[in-house]
Order: sequence, then structure tokens, then C-alpha cells
Amino acid sequence: MIDNHIIAPILIHLFTAIIQLACWSKTITQRVLSIAGATSGFAFSFALFIKVYNGEILTMNAANWEAPFGIVFVADLFSSTLVLLTSIAALAVSIFSSVGVGKARMLYGYFPIFHFLIMGLNGAFLTGDIFNLYVWFEVIIIASFVLLTLGGRKEQLEGAVKYMALNILASTFFLTGIGILYGITGTLNMADLSLKVPLVEDQSIVNLTAMFFIIGFGIKSAVFPLYFWLPSSYHTPPSAVAATFGGLLTKVGLYAMFRVFTLIFIPNEFMRTVLIVLAILTILTGAFGALVKLDIRRLFSYLIVCHIGFIVGGLGLYTKIAFMGAIFYLIHDIMVKTNLFLISGLIRQMRGTLDTPKLGGLYSEYPKISLLMALVLFSLVGIPPLSGFWPKIYLFEASFNANSYFFIASLILASFITLYVIAKLWAEVFWKEASRTEPLSDSFKELDIFRKTLLVLPVGILAAGTLFIGLNAEFIIQVVDRISNELLDTSPYIKAVLGK
Amino acid sequence: MRSAILQTASRYLLPILLLFSVFLLLRGHYYPGGGFVGGLVAAIAFVLHSFAHGTTNTMKIIGYKPMALIPVGLGIASLAMFLPVLIGYPVMTGLWFEEPIPVIGMMGSALFFDLGVYLVVIGVVLTILFTISLHTH
Amino acid sequence: MELLLVLLIGVLYSAGVYLILRRSMVRLLLGIMLLGNATNLLIFLFGNITKGKPPIIKADLKVFEEIYADPVPQALILTAIVISFGLTSFAIVLLKRVYALINSDDLDDLNTPEEEDL
Repeated sequence: MIDNHIIAPILIHLFTAIIQLACWSKTITQRVLSIAGATSGFAFSFALFIKVYNGEILTMNAANWEAPFGIVFVADLFSSTLVLLTSIAALAVSIFSSVGVGKARMLYGYFPIFHFLIMGLNGAFLTGDIFNLYVWFEVIIIASFVLLTLGGRKEQLEGAVKYMALNILASTFFLTGIGILYGITGTLNMADLSLKVPLVEDQSIVNLTAMFFIIGFGIKSAVFPLYFWLPSSYHTPPSAVAATFGGLLTKVGLYAMFRVFTLIFIPNEFMRTVLIVLAILTILTGAFGALVKLDIRRLFSYLIVCHIGFIVGGLGLYTKIAFMGAIFYLIHDIMVKTNLFLISGLIRQMRGTLDTPKLGGLYSEYPKISLLMALVLFSLVGIPPLSGFWPKIYLFEASFNANSYFFIASLILASFITLYVIAKLWAEVFWKEASRTEPLSDSFKELDIFRKTLLVLPVGILAAGTLFIGLNAEFIIQVVDRISNELLDTSPYIKAVLGK
Repeated sequence: MRSAILQTASRYLLPILLLFSVFLLLRGHYYPGGGFVGGLVAAIAFVLHSFAHGTTNTMKIIGYKPMALIPVGLGIASLAMFLPVLIGYPVMTGLWFEEPIPVIGMMGSALFFDLGVYLVVIGVVLTILFTISLHTH
Repeated sequence: MELLLVLLIGVLYSAGVYLILRRSMVRLLLGIMLLGNATNLLIFLFGNITKGKPPIIKADLKVFEEIYADPVPQALILTAIVISFGLTSFAIVLLKRVYALINSDDLDDLNTPEEEDL
């Protein structure tokens, strides 16, 4: 069904960013505009989700050019769910940034760039055209370059060089893949590609193209041999930026992987094995990396890598139950990882450092906030009935059915390592007595109650979201069940786009 | 580089190049040209001027910081993009006036979109180049 | 013409990969730019090169009578060029800043935070 309003989540962030650009040096106006923009973005994407949830797949032909000739935007349940999650995370980060980001950064355009980034994410989720997806990816990486380097500290810039080099390389791979795909099929519309790719006579060139996409999206989503840029850059920017990156940026790579490998290329036996092996290695490297890191944000960066493996593995197993597990995990991961980095920002605000040996005594000083943080940490570990628990059941079941025991073993190992790491973190940061030798700089205490609320509220919002996912798992399972059906049977998607 | 020939020439070239860039902008819908190329030509006109007279003098001619053009251009382009939504068409649909306008020819929302692109390109290119050249010296 | 383009693309790809594998930051950037250009040419090549045949259907016809040049690859390349213009100018400024900070062009000197961690 054609609905011209599905582009609203993109436009609202575009307009917010433009108005903010016009009031370049007025930081208070920018903060208010950012929260207002993020709130209305949330309202629009919630409305979109409800519409798609209750109805059917919605499409919009940009500039009124009919698909497959023009660029088409498609909101199925998968993309509208991700748009909704992005908006929730964006709202939380935007509230947090109003206090958590320094004024100097705001004067260099932090907020407009942040909204361009969110616009890019929403665009990538909603587009139905593979080249347009590339353009949105570029919008995302340009905005993320600026956010990553804003402030210009040495370690930031060093991390940014690695991030930039690998991400531009990923885009080149992606673009090469698109070029070949257009050469062999003559179309760029994903639904049309889905019909035309199986008709290509020489399937070996199709498989080759699929490899280009695996490498391109693999770099973007930090899969095993290509993940190095992530841990070496995500700990450098302010926590609000790291939260956006950690929660959303790698996930858009995963979304693209799911979209492309269910709609355009149906992975054969070999490619599925490749994906599962990559997933296992990603899980293991991420988990072992997290074991040895002492800086909280570095630790979280490795946990991101580790948990990306869970989702890629779900794609590699390629059954309905595996998809349900992977997408449930994706939903849970966006909420939790965003929140983890916001929490690390709070801890830094309270203690002035993120080095675990120097931290301690947070629980005795801030018992209520600590309990809020504990809720998030336990969700990450997956203690039932919190949100991290449910997807793992599906992933276990799917890999049992597929007899892929190595994947199960790595899942179990990674879960235990996550548990160990988080327990250690809890003991070191919250329960251990504060060290007396190092003078602590608690800038959180000096803030007035309004600012304190602005810092804690976003953590609360996301924690509430996590709690909702955990306790209302039946609803989420129903959603991911429908998403998995959509991904495995793409004919409704194709029909919605092409009308046949 | 302070050469009298270049300085004199660039003083005349600046308006001519700017006029040429507007020409490129206007013919862009059906012929080679358009907002992006036009913007680049206009930016090059200012860059040439700054080669001859120094960056600070060129910035004096422009008056405003070139960065101010970015939100203006983006605003015009996105309004042209958004207007069709108000009358029920999808985003970016081309709306056209019935009658051609003298000199300009057929005018539609695409022209305003191009105008926005033109301004953004000038703003972005000049911001980048001025930043680099001011920090080098 | 096709063969020439294929050879050119091959040279650009290999030069790009070679430059990326060097340790110098400037070479890294040049390598990435060469790879980008090679990709653009690849798309151009896939669009079937035809000379002087614009894709315009004559007023009295409904379909194309003869082979025409596909405009889509050119639009794609134009978009990709504009994007890479932005990325490259950002990268140049970034590398310049990094050079000013660490006073070295060697990628191996970018590891200060990693060492502190151990």
C-alpha cells in the first residue's frame, strides 16, 4: 500500500538539523531543538510502527517515479521496528547530550551532525533501493567521522584514522558489489533484484558479488577478521557519541546483511558455513578481548563485537527459529548497548575515570542509580526474565536443530564470559571500596538537580525499554515471528513494491 | 602569489564566472549543467580571486562566512523537496508552473532544489578551502 | 575500448591495494582514492559503453529503436564522485591534523592508546 508519510522519520531529523545549522552558536536553542526533534521523530516512528504492525507493508515512490525505475522507500515490520528503536535510542542520547556533551563540541556543530546521523540511519532502514542504501551509508559514515573527531584529542584522531580507512574501504567494496549487480541484472530496486538475480545464467558471478557484500557489510558491522577499527575507536569520543555508535552503527550493517541475504542472495550451503564460522570467530575474539580489558568502554567495545557474532550466526543458520533469535537479540542489543555507553558516561561523570582498578564504591554512594545500572548489566548477561535471556533460547534451539555444535559451544562460552566480565565489573566498580590513594573528581555531585535528571533520565528510559522487552517477551516474540516470516517469504515485500 | 596580471584578470573574471555559474544552474534541467556544477564554478571563481588577492580579502567580498550558505541552501532544497507532500504527492515530486517564464524558461520545484544544491556546494567548498588555506599560513 | 578500460581498472585496483598496504598515511589515502576511481570505472564499464546515443525516445515512437547509452551508471558514478569528494576532503584535513599532532606519517605510530591499556 502506498503511504507518502513513511518518510517522516527521515525528514523530521533533516529539518531539525537544518534549523540547528541556522542557529549555529546558540547552544541552548540547539539543545531544546534536538530534544524536540528527537521526541517528534519518536512520535512519527511510533505511529509508523503501529500502522505497519496493524496493517500491511507500506511503500512510497520518491518523486512519484514508479518502482523499479525510481527510488522506493519501504516500511515493512523489520524496518519499522528498527526505525522505532533508533528513535528511542536517539531520544535518549539527545537528552543525555544536552548535559553530557561539552559546550565546545556543541559550538562545532555536534547536534546538527547527530541529527544527520540519525537521518542516515532511518534512511538506511527505510530504503528499498540498493544504491540508495549505499548513499545512506555514506551519510552515516560522514556524520560519524565528524562526531568521532569532534574535540580533536590525540587518541580520538588516531582512532578516527583507522575507522575512516576501513569504513571507506567497506564502502568501496559495497559500491563494487552494486556495480556488478547492476551490470548483470540492470536494476537497482531490491525487490526487482530479488526476482532477477535467480534468473542470471552464470550463478558464479552472483556468488562472487555476494562475497563483495559480505566483506562490505562485514567491515561495517565489525565481523571477525574485519573488526579491528571498532575497539580502537569506540572508546575515544564522548560517551553520548559512543552510545550512538555502539547501539546503532554496527546494527545498520547487520540490518543490511539480513536484507540483502534474504531478499537478493539466498545463501547456499557454502555461504551459510562461512557466515557461521565468521560468527563463531567473532564471538570468541570479542569475548576474549573483553576478558583482558580494564577500561570500561574498551570492555564494552569488545562485548559489542562478541554479540554481533550472535546475530550473524543467526543469519548463517538460516531457519525461522534462528532468525527469531537473531532479530530478538538485535532489538535487545540496540537498547542495551546504547545504554551501556550512557552508563559509562555517567560513571565517568561521577568518578573522572573509566579505569576499573581506580574505580569503586559507587553502590554505597549512589545506591538508586547503581540499581538502575545493575538492571541493564543483568539484562546484558541474560538473567531470566530480563531481555538478554529470551533470544538465546531461540539461538540454542536453532543451532541444536542444525547440529552446529561449535556454535552452541561458543554461545555458551561467550555467555559465561559475559557473565564473568560483568560480575567482575560490578564488584570492581560498584562494590569495591573506593580507593583512597587517588583523589576522585566527582563532577556529578556538583550538578543541580535538573542536570542530574537530564543525565539519569535517558538511562532510565532505555532501562525501561529493556525491562519492557524482557517482561513483555510474548509481544516481542510475536513481532520477531512476523519479521522472520517476512524475511523467509519475501513475496509480500515484492508485491508491495512492484505491485505484482 | 601576487601577480598584477592575475589580480587584474581575476577582478574581471569573478563576475563573469559567477554569471556563467548562474547560466549553468538555469540550463541544468534539460542540458548538461545544474546546481552542483554551477556551485563548483562559482566556488572556483572565489578561489581564483583568493589566489590573487589573498583569502582574507576574498572573505571580505563575500561578507558573510561561507558556512552561512549551507543552512540556507539546505533549507531551500528541502522545502522544494517537501512542498509536494502538502498537496498529497510523494516527497520530491516535480511541480511545474503552467506557463514558461521569460529568460528562465519553465520553472518548477526542481529549480529550487537545484538552487539549494548550488548554495550548499558554494558554502561547503569555500568553507573547506578557506579553512585549509587559513590554517596553512 | 572495453579492453583498455579493463586494463586501466586492473592497474588502478592493483596500485590502490599496493598503496593501502604501505605504512604511510598519505599513501593510504591515495590508495583509497585510486580504489574509489577504479570502482567508478568498473560501474561505467558495466553500463555498456555506447558512443553518442542518448537515451531519448523519438516523439513518434513508443520504444527505443536502436542501442542507447544507459544513463543510470553515469548517475551512479556522479553520486559516488560527489560523495568521495566530501570524504576525501575530510580525510585530508584529518590526516593533516594527525600529522601535526604526532609529527609522523607512519601508521605504526598511531598506537599510543593501545600501549597504555596494557
